[in-house]
Amino acid sequence: MSTATMDLHDSPIESSVNYLNAGHGIRSWLLTKDHKRIGLLYLATITLNFMIGGAAAVLMRLNLIEPQGALVEPSTYNKLFSIHGIIMVFFFLVPSIPATLGNFCIPLMIGARDVAFPKLNLLSWYIFVTGSLLALYAVLSGGVDTGWTFYTPYSSTYSHTHVIAAALGIFIAGFSSILTGLNFIVTIHKMRAPGMTWFRLPLFIWAMYATSLIFVLGTPVIAITLFLLGLERILHVGIFDPALGGDPLLFQHLFWFYSHPAVYIMILPGMGVVSELITAFSRKKIFGYGFVAFSSLSIAVISFVVWGHHMFVTGQSIYAGLVFSVLSFLVAIPSAIKVFNWTATLYKGSISYEAPMLYALGFIGLFTMGGLTGLFLASLATDVHLNGTYFIVAHFHYIMVGGAVMAYLGGIHFWWPKITGRLYPDLWARFAAFVIFIGFNLTFFPQFVLGYLGMPRRYAMYPAEFQVLNVMSSAGASILGVGYLIPLVYLIWSMRYGPPAGPNPWGAKGLEWTTPSPPPTENFEAPVVVTEDAYNYPTAPEKAHV
Amino acid sequence: MSEMAAHSAHPQGFAHQFEDVGQQRDAGRLGMWIFLATEILFFGGLFTAFIIYRALHLPAFIAGSHQLEVQFGATNTAVLICSSLTMALAIRSAQVGKPRGTIIFWLVLTMLFGAAFLGIKLHYEWLRDYREGLVPGFGFNVAKYTPGVEMFFCFYFFMTGLHALHMVAGIGVLTVLIIMAARNAFSSEYYAPLEISGLYWHFVDIVWIFLFSLLYLIGGRYAQ
Amino acid sequence: MMRFLQFGWQPAALAAMIPMQPPSASSISQGVDELYYLLTGVTLFFTVLIFSIIFYFMVKYRRRSDKEVPPETHTSMFLELAWTIIPSLICVVLFVWASELYVRNSRPPASSTEIFVIGKQWMWHIQHPEGPREINELHVPVGAPVKLTMTSQDVIHDFYIPAFRVKKDVLPGRYTQLWFEPTQTGVFHLFCAQYCGANHSQMIGWVYVMTPADYAAWLAAGEKTESMAQQGEQLYTRIGCATCHVPQGNGRAPSLVGIYGKPEKLASGETRIVDESLMRQAILTPNSVLLPGYAPIMPTFQGQVNEEQVLQLIAYLKSLGSPERTNEK
Repeated sequence: MSTATMDLHDSPIESSVNYLNAGHGIRSWLLTKDHKRIGLLYLATITLNFMIGGAAAVLMRLNLIEPQGALVEPSTYNKLFSIHGIIMVFFFLVPSIPATLGNFCIPLMIGARDVAFPKLNLLSWYIFVTGSLLALYAVLSGGVDTGWTFYTPYSSTYSHTHVIAAALGIFIAGFSSILTGLNFIVTIHKMRAPGMTWFRLPLFIWAMYATSLIFVLGTPVIAITLFLLGLERILHVGIFDPALGGDPLLFQHLFWFYSHPAVYIMILPGMGVVSELITAFSRKKIFGYGFVAFSSLSIAVISFVVWGHHMFVTGQSIYAGLVFSVLSFLVAIPSAIKVFNWTATLYKGSISYEAPMLYALGFIGLFTMGGLTGLFLASLATDVHLNGTYFIVAHFHYIMVGGAVMAYLGGIHFWWPKITGRLYPDLWARFAAFVIFIGFNLTFFPQFVLGYLGMPRRYAMYPAEFQVLNVMSSAGASILGVGYLIPLVYLIWSMRYGPPAGPNPWGAKGLEWTTPSPPPTENFEAPVVVTEDAYNYPTAPEKAHV
Repeated sequence: MSEMAAHSAHPQGFAHQFEDVGQQRDAGRLGMWIFLATEILFFGGLFTAFIIYRALHLPAFIAGSHQLEVQFGATNTAVLICSSLTMALAIRSAQVGKPRGTIIFWLVLTMLFGAAFLGIKLHYEWLRDYREGLVPGFGFNVAKYTPGVEMFFCFYFFMTGLHALHMVAGIGVLTVLIIMAARNAFSSEYYAPLEISGLYWHFVDIVWIFLFSLLYLIGGRYAQ
Repeated sequence: MMRFLQFGWQPAALAAMIPMQPPSASSISQGVDELYYLLTGVTLFFTVLIFSIIFYFMVKYRRRSDKEVPPETHTSMFLELAWTIIPSLICVVLFVWASELYVRNSRPPASSTEIFVIGKQWMWHIQHPEGPREINELHVPVGAPVKLTMTSQDVIHDFYIPAFRVKKDVLPGRYTQLWFEPTQTGVFHLFCAQYCGANHSQMIGWVYVMTPADYAAWLAAGEKTESMAQQGEQLYTRIGCATCHVPQGNGRAPSLVGIYGKPEKLASGETRIVDESLMRQAILTPNSVLLPGYAPIMPTFQGQVNEEQVLQLIAYLKSLGSPERTNEK
């Protein structure tokens, strides 16, 4: 049925029945069971969270322009970096690709009508919003200053900030992750269309499956850890506080048992997106499908046994250090395999440079750098010097921002036409991608140098000799901030004024591109049967070998 | 494909994202097993912390354990095992097409056993512990008991409290199942909610068995 | 071939090009820096490799017409194995190199001078065994190894001297140690590197490395204080340790003469070396390290002695039964 809406944009989108216009009004969105609408609900929530976490970062970098602190008192600075970490990790990065692109794309990519448990999916969103609101409450009522790592006994006994509210927000949001992961695993196992065997699945699905394994197995441990922390704070019992007979290192072990796999929750979906982008924009099948698929699973498994590398300088035994060091080197190998396979996919491809491809290529470069700097930290002798310094900050931002956020933006741009039915202006998009790439490197590369020089992290003020590098980093951050605002403008613009996209504007392979943009609520108009492998792009007949 | 048939037949409780009832049942079972895996990790974190502290403060933990009364723990273990039996019988009744009254009978019994477990726990154990100053944070008797014993009771209450919370949730689920059974929702073709809830209930039972062993039994209570 | 050349000159070129790194002022700094250059070389090599290949492919295989169809390429098991095995081998080399360095760097030489550190929000208390105390400053002689025994009075801190490439968390309730041997005189940064609350970024100080002569003069010139062992001895009598722990031992309490560094079998069955940590445990939670044959009658001194006093008692006990003792019991 067509709705006679604003005729400013007389387009086929409004006249087709699709998930966006099937049901109007706020109730149809807040009570939706459609995975596509739920993905958009998550998109809105995490974009807001990103802005809060980003605002904290802006204030931090402004403060660090001067050695004595240019903007805020140290106690405020401490709250800023804590809020930045908590919101960015738990309320932005962890859900980002899975809850938005995962929710939207997984059923489409496997040929299903929806996820296995749509009502549970909606519940997950409400749980996530509750957790986010609690975190927001913690921010607005005075903040929390323990760092996102909540180390005891500072967080259990000494901090006078809103630790419990923040911990509770994370605890609740954790259940959202667990239920989403559960939903995805069952969906991928049980709801693939006929002919969609495991080895015909797009690699994004493999990556999301591996991520979901970590969601369901790792998140409960952080939940119980924060639960114990909260109880200690409220009842003043000594679980983690040595003054009361507890063990502060036990907290660290329990915390990192989740939080290390969590960083793979943050990067694996990005890797899945990159596999989709590289193949689509080279019009070629992925090189080494099996290797890329299994590398996702290996990363998920090995990620659970490396947590001790966060604790090399805590006074733990040398043997523990050696074991965690060798395992940490091991976890680097599957990632390296992916990078080589993506690069090889470009070989003899037919490559185009729309914005999603620029983000994918940026990801490969920056993730390679970030991942290699991880070797400095897996190496015991250098980790002693680098732990707790800006080198660590630079390392994880290369992976999480240069990697995960760029992949997220690439995925948003890639699937935007499918989600909204409209195209965005690609020239602006490419421009923004460049600005982001440049701003990012200017922000974070100097931090590697700062780290080796010895500047510790979480410092509100620093010795004057570190100022030049700090100012460079802050300048880069301002460019990066502008870069992130540009897509906000043109993507929103495109929802109203962008030209209609059609079902497959990129000429990509994948079931999601065989259905209209935007898709109908039930995803596919006709029953889906899969007869070909993933990325089955046409190839020219073979000539001589190169 | 059975899709057309499934759609037009609209079997009981069929959810439209699925192709057929079989897929729905498989999905539901897999979902519950995954949920139970998350619960294992959840309780597992607590168990790990408990085991580590027990190793570090062994005499205090043994002393703490000896404050618990094994007879109540054992009774509760028996109660829960019976409740698992009645739950299994409820599922079996549905499976073989017994009338809804039978299903409801076994479900109600399961609920009663669950409530009995909670009642024994609350009245005979926790209330007594509170009166004896064994509840950390609520008048713990620091003069009589050492910090190590307080740590033991922290874990005792966290672990049994979390378990009790799961029991309460389980009783809530049973209530819903009873209502569904009363409305004739179950038959020999469709009893998936019973089966899946049964998995959950058995899991909560098994967690208790581990708790009983770790908290009450080990620690030289019956040595020599 | 090209790759080997690339790999070879990179560290040297980098060393010349990187304008800023901390001073290399301890016996291990150079080793750590060499490993850092190797890691930088590996990073640069693979980054340049991947970037160059990607740029090359981006240009060579750019889409020239919308109709073009790429040729078929086949997955190559050889390549997959190559780029799995080669990185693995590189990782093995790095792991062995780094671990070997780390293990060597973690063993303090037996001749190390001991200095004690107590971290508290937000300052460093440093206690020399000869008596002088410092706040946020550490004076040490060049060319002599120093072993720091550290604890915190409140939250977790971290003692970090970038110029020496050493760092170790400072934990409440236990001792951690680090050692270094300064190789040049000068003044070097000291930072707290584990977030500890409001003034974490101001919990910083200086390490003064002096010539042995200057250091001796500095030690002598300060406020006349007794050595830690002397202070410990006075405390030992004052709080009543001497009452039970008589030098020849009795049925109530074991003798504490010459126990430092020796293995002891505890009542629990385990055998432990009597080190600072065990002695601290014995003073604060005596029944956790009971010796066989003794009743658990030693009272705990938790709350009666602070961390500094515990260190003084330990210094005294270490001096018992050793030839350097200067005081009679």
